Amino acid sequence: MIDFQPFWITFKLAVITTAILFVISVPVANWLSGSKNRLRSVIEATISMPLVLPPSVLGFYFLVAFGPSHGLGKFIEHYFNTRLVFSFPGLVIASVIYSLPFMVHPLQTGFSGLYPSLREASFSLGKSKLHTLFKVMLPNIKPALLTGIVLTFAHTIGEFGVVLMIGGNIPGQTKVVSIAIYDEVEAMNYHAANIYALILFAVTFAILITVYSVNNRYAITRRL
Amino acid sequence: MISLRVSKSLKSAQDNMVLDISCEVQEGKITTIYGPSGAGKTTILRILAGLLQPEKGYINAGGEIWLDTAKKINLPPQKRSIGFVFQDFALFPNMTVRGNLEYALGKGQQQKIIDDLTEVMELEQLQHRYPETLSGGQKQRAALARALVRMPKLLLLDEPLSSLDNNMRLKLQDHILKIHQSYNLTIILVSHDVAEIYKMSDEIFVLNEGIIVKHGTTGEIFSPNFAETGFHVIGEILDMEWEGIVYTVSVIAFNTVINITASEMDIQHLKPGDKVIVFSKDFNPTIKKIEN
Repeated sequence: MIDFQPFWITFKLAVITTAILFVISVPVANWLSGSKNRLRSVIEATISMPLVLPPSVLGFYFLVAFGPSHGLGKFIEHYFNTRLVFSFPGLVIASVIYSLPFMVHPLQTGFSGLYPSLREASFSLGKSKLHTLFKVMLPNIKPALLTGIVLTFAHTIGEFGVVLMIGGNIPGQTKVVSIAIYDEVEAMNYHAANIYALILFAVTFAILITVYSVNNRYAITRRL
Repeated sequence: MISLRVSKSLKSAQDNMVLDISCEVQEGKITTIYGPSGAGKTTILRILAGLLQPEKGYINAGGEIWLDTAKKINLPPQKRSIGFVFQDFALFPNMTVRGNLEYALGKGQQQKIIDDLTEVMELEQLQHRYPETLSGGQKQRAALARALVRMPKLLLLDEPLSSLDNNMRLKLQDHILKIHQSYNLTIILVSHDVAEIYKMSDEIFVLNEGIIVKHGTTGEIFSPNFAETGFHVIGEILDMEWEGIVYTVSVIAFNTVINITASEMDIQHLKPGDKVIVFSKDFNPTIKKIEN
């Protein structure tokens, strides 16, 4: 009998990670798209690091940082009574950092594609920056929002290295589907591995198909 | 009266330039800033709107200080009573024409102003359409109406008619004149179309490389040697042809081509593309280049 709990953990992780990243990335991407600050390049490079680093590198540093015997982990354990290594909250934090570029990049591209005059027109009509962001800018980058949300969601589902390093393999807590597959293969249980893999394959494919078709339809109606 | 004193260094593609101007604009009038591209015309509008901050500057709009760098005062665009019509119109694509106008409503403002403006700007038929389905002239009218919803003290128009064809342009000039009269607006217009300026403006500032090189009424700037009475029209030379004894110069003005005979001496300094005045002293129209 297949244990479906890894699916539940995987999707819970993906939903929470995506929600947190959306809230963080909107202001960051908005700032990056309009900023002439010198720090911009440094911040862009930092955000893009997870794209090029092996997940094990990130996972390793998270493990060191979150570990109860070191600075950050010690601090969190002392003041918040939470241990971040081998726990679900730790997994969420690691995923947020690991998937950051997948949310920030599409949003940044979306914001940069807007004419600056839209923002300025809204200001000249007496509307605040926040009002402008919610009523003018975000509604006009819907395809970018959708792309960011879905890529982040799908990427978090596909995580393996980081999860293995920081989350371990604790059933019911940090055992996500990608790790469950690895486990089953290790145990020579190919049938179970195949079922896990097939479901994950189908779900991610369906998600991506949906995004592309929605965005394509959006592009067509906009051209009218 | 709107007083403006600004100094700002601008980096252009070719070289660095300093915008350094001091001028006063009459309330209730249409004032044009005229000059070649890259002279700093749009920059002045953006500074007035608060979208750009100069290094040094002072703006007093009818007693209200909008900018005073010496006292570190710089009102954000939201706090300045302005309407800005952008070159690309900047209509919000996610809203209908009416939605765009409603977006501009201030707190406690009535919908009635929107009904009035849609009527004046002839937008009733278009109010439920989205900007992407509108033609250039329709977008222009919507952008103009939107800029007026808040009843601003000052309306800033950044080459609003440059992307339109001639017919549409003439019609919209009339629209602008109409709203100018009905709402007693102060308008500052950026333009490089002499015919347009001639028709629209009360006063002109000629800007070149960041400095006001000339200032005066339309007549003073473009036809200083003319009495205001008599026939004259502003246009652009299309063609000059040698007819054996004299030249025929074709000038386009307000959609019409005028053919004028001219001697070799008359056309000495003329070439196709020149802005000219066609005027009549006695019977025959005579032609003269506009100095600026």
